[in-house]
Amino acid sequence: MNNDRTSPRSEPATKAPSRRGFLGVAAAGMAGILLAPGVRLIEIAQAAPTTVGASSKVRWGMLIDSGKCASGCTDCVTACNTENGLSGGKLPTDSQWIRKIEIKEVRTGKTQSLPMMCQHCAEPPCVDVCPTGASFKRADGIVLVDKHICIGCRYCVMACPYKARSFVHEPLSNQKTDVPRGMGTVEGCTMCVHKVDKGERPACVTACSDAGHGAILFGDLNNPESEISKRVASYPSRQIREDLNLNTGVRYSGI
Amino acid sequence: MVPPCVAFGASPRGGATPAARRSRFHGVLRFHGLMRQLALLVSLLVVAVLSAAAQTVAGVSQGLGPLVTKARGGQCVDDPVFMRRNHMQLLKHQRDDTMHGGVRSGKYSLKACVACHASEASQSVSTDAGDFCQSCHSFAAVKIDCFGCHASKPPAAGAHVAVAQPQVKP
Repeated sequence: MNNDRTSPRSEPATKAPSRRGFLGVAAAGMAGILLAPGVRLIEIAQAAPTTVGASSKVRWGMLIDSGKCASGCTDCVTACNTENGLSGGKLPTDSQWIRKIEIKEVRTGKTQSLPMMCQHCAEPPCVDVCPTGASFKRADGIVLVDKHICIGCRYCVMACPYKARSFVHEPLSNQKTDVPRGMGTVEGCTMCVHKVDKGERPACVTACSDAGHGAILFGDLNNPESEISKRVASYPSRQIREDLNLNTGVRYSGI
Repeated sequence: MVPPCVAFGASPRGGATPAARRSRFHGVLRFHGLMRQLALLVSLLVVAVLSAAAQTVAGVSQGLGPLVTKARGGQCVDDPVFMRRNHMQLLKHQRDDTMHGGVRSGKYSLKACVACHASEASQSVSTDAGDFCQSCHSFAAVKIDCFGCHASKPPAAGAHVAVAQPQVKP
């Protein structure tokens, strides 16, 4: 401030700052009154008991033991459909978030069964190609579609090496409260993000263990103390299409 | 026809002395002042009539506002006047927090709106014309996009399966 500047009318030096001070206080008061609703909002937002949200310290992943996965069992698929309000394929164009596949070693004839869904890549091709930024990866590694931004171009469907994404062709009704879905957008496995945020396991994992198979293990790949990290560290596991270097969050053992 | 300036006491047109011109000017001013008083009176009358009408229809809306059917009710998360004006920004802000940040404990969630505002008749906020969201949005002629994807009914005990309604039968 210019307190030491001599006043042209040679007023006492203290007078001008006090007037300025008064104006400043008045202005601050007015600003306070005008901003009051906004300020209150921020305070409320911060004071609300928040779950911290997605953190980059965590990386959610799954380890699927194809040795335990029973051929012909589709409990994980059913659980996914129920949890997310999917029809399970009533129409040929209906969405499919998880599917069971059978693989066969041609020479020996050995068959194996495993579930296939979004692999929640660390470097997801669907995110790379999305022109609007709707396809994104959360801080904790879960790959999602923001349907508010999705324009339904389906580049991500083309880019995904796992055929994990579906496009909603028809208008939908009676969606689940926690799983908004709508025509004209792309969708895929969300790793049951609404359950994970509440500290629960994805529906397919629960269904598999309820069926007595326990073939899917869900946990934090970044935490060395977690069950999944210990298993990945001590037993061989593979990513499907390792050659693409996508660093998938879903890993398979026994294939 | 006599021009108004003449009628209100200005001198006839021929004598254009400075004094006459001045008095004609004053006449115009006086006329305008009178008109202004008249306009004020009329507008006051209109306001009085309108406010009386508003008081008579305060209980039941008769076309001056959206007709909202009775909802489940309770206390809104914020002042209704504030919510009426700002709910769209609040919802949009929180949707990004939830979708991208995984924060699900915010105050302004669409889920909570629906849970409270669903009408007793249709159990929905946007199915019938009188439902909470629908009634006001019809009144304001603003399309709601939320319920193309989001559930417009609170979660019920029954199994939810999102049913596709194909335009062309498969």
